[in-house]
Amino acid sequence: MPPGFFTGDDMHPIVIIGTGLAGYTTARELRKLDKDAPLTLISADDGRFYYKPMLSNAYAQNKTPEQLATQDVAQMQTQLNATILAHARVTSIDAARHTLICEGKALEYSRLVLALGADPMRAPLQGDAADQVLAVNDLADYARLRQALEGGKNVAIIGAGLIGCEFANDLCGVGFTVHVIDPNPAPLNQLLPEAAGAQLRAALMKAGARWHANSNAVSVNRAHDAYLVTLSDGTVLDVDVVLSAIGLKPRVTLAQQSGIKINRGIVTDRYLRTSTPDVYALGDCAEVEGLVLPFVTPIMHAARALAKTLAGTPTPVVYPAMPVVVKTPAYPIVVSPPPADVPGAWQVSESEEGVRALFYDAQQHLHGFALTGKATSEKLALTQQLPPLLA
Amino acid sequence: MKKWQCMVCGFIYDEAHGLPEEGIAPGTRWEDIPENWACPDCGAAKADFEMVEIKAAV
Repeated sequence: MPPGFFTGDDMHPIVIIGTGLAGYTTARELRKLDKDAPLTLISADDGRFYYKPMLSNAYAQNKTPEQLATQDVAQMQTQLNATILAHARVTSIDAARHTLICEGKALEYSRLVLALGADPMRAPLQGDAADQVLAVNDLADYARLRQALEGGKNVAIIGAGLIGCEFANDLCGVGFTVHVIDPNPAPLNQLLPEAAGAQLRAALMKAGARWHANSNAVSVNRAHDAYLVTLSDGTVLDVDVVLSAIGLKPRVTLAQQSGIKINRGIVTDRYLRTSTPDVYALGDCAEVEGLVLPFVTPIMHAARALAKTLAGTPTPVVYPAMPVVVKTPAYPIVVSPPPADVPGAWQVSESEEGVRALFYDAQQHLHGFALTGKATSEKLALTQQLPPLLA
Repeated sequence: MKKWQCMVCGFIYDEAHGLPEEGIAPGTRWEDIPENWACPDCGAAKADFEMVEIKAAV
């Protein structure tokens, strides 16, 4: 065993905090390698398993939260041969003693995995109903959204990133009038060249979305049975539901309070080790070698590597190029954003087949792509030309 | 021909259709797909799929 990895005895369980995709996938992968190691998972919610990306396109399919949850906590306990503490929060970690405090009780661990997820960012809104703006980050939020949409007709979505655009497409599809409010000229501003974003905007508008580009929501006020959303350009929207989707913020507080190094996320090395011995982090809460990647595919790769490490074979995480499929059926998009530190430029060609945008460095090496419409069929071929994100 | 469903995200592999865009020809049986293949939607491993009987669409 190389230095820096667990060499103690396994009397105490491996503890995973978090039962989202990162926590449960790590547990599932671990069980493929070690069927018996004591394992405890701690969940702030009810511990049901569901596939989170479905939250942004489940409404039009009329999926209830119960239908999205494919396994309940009892099924997960059996499947994983694990103890799962539901509705339980960890308040502190005493790394020197390998002990955490959960709901007032001390729990000793051999190795600890932080799979805490991320919180939705909140826009700084004024008004007497600013606190009634919804964000959908888990199954309970989705249930609240469904309830709020009941009987409504008009929706304001703040933010035209991935989640905002996916919700806009989904809700337009079932007849809502959707207002999209975004500070940028075109949607998916951080992922796509503007030409492709403009096409997505046109497609969503054709599907019924009203676009408020280059503007911010300033205030949300209650009025009769609805909300009045005032924008920076003075426009006032009268809507039944306000949904915020302006991004995610890694959950770092627990780590920070426990003396674990944080930056944008909980800082880890290639082995997903935090600055504290025997404490690991992955998923939306983690910053792995400088990368914060709140997507499913990186979680899968990280969970597999971490499971091997936990099972006794230290294994660094490797990230291949990981294209993201945007769930906007009005205008299909797949994008592999170029790494932020690679200088280069987009070469964009548009045809009836869609937009084909390729990001090249000065040596004409491909580092990213964005494909729309029928051009999305080139996803696999182009992905194979991309260098790994973390070799 | 059988169908296999990803336990993580619900993606369905239909042997009859294959996955031509990934170079898997229609009719390719599940056992002939490489073990290192991953779910095209979520990246879950082949081992995370289960066979499902799917009723014809209504």
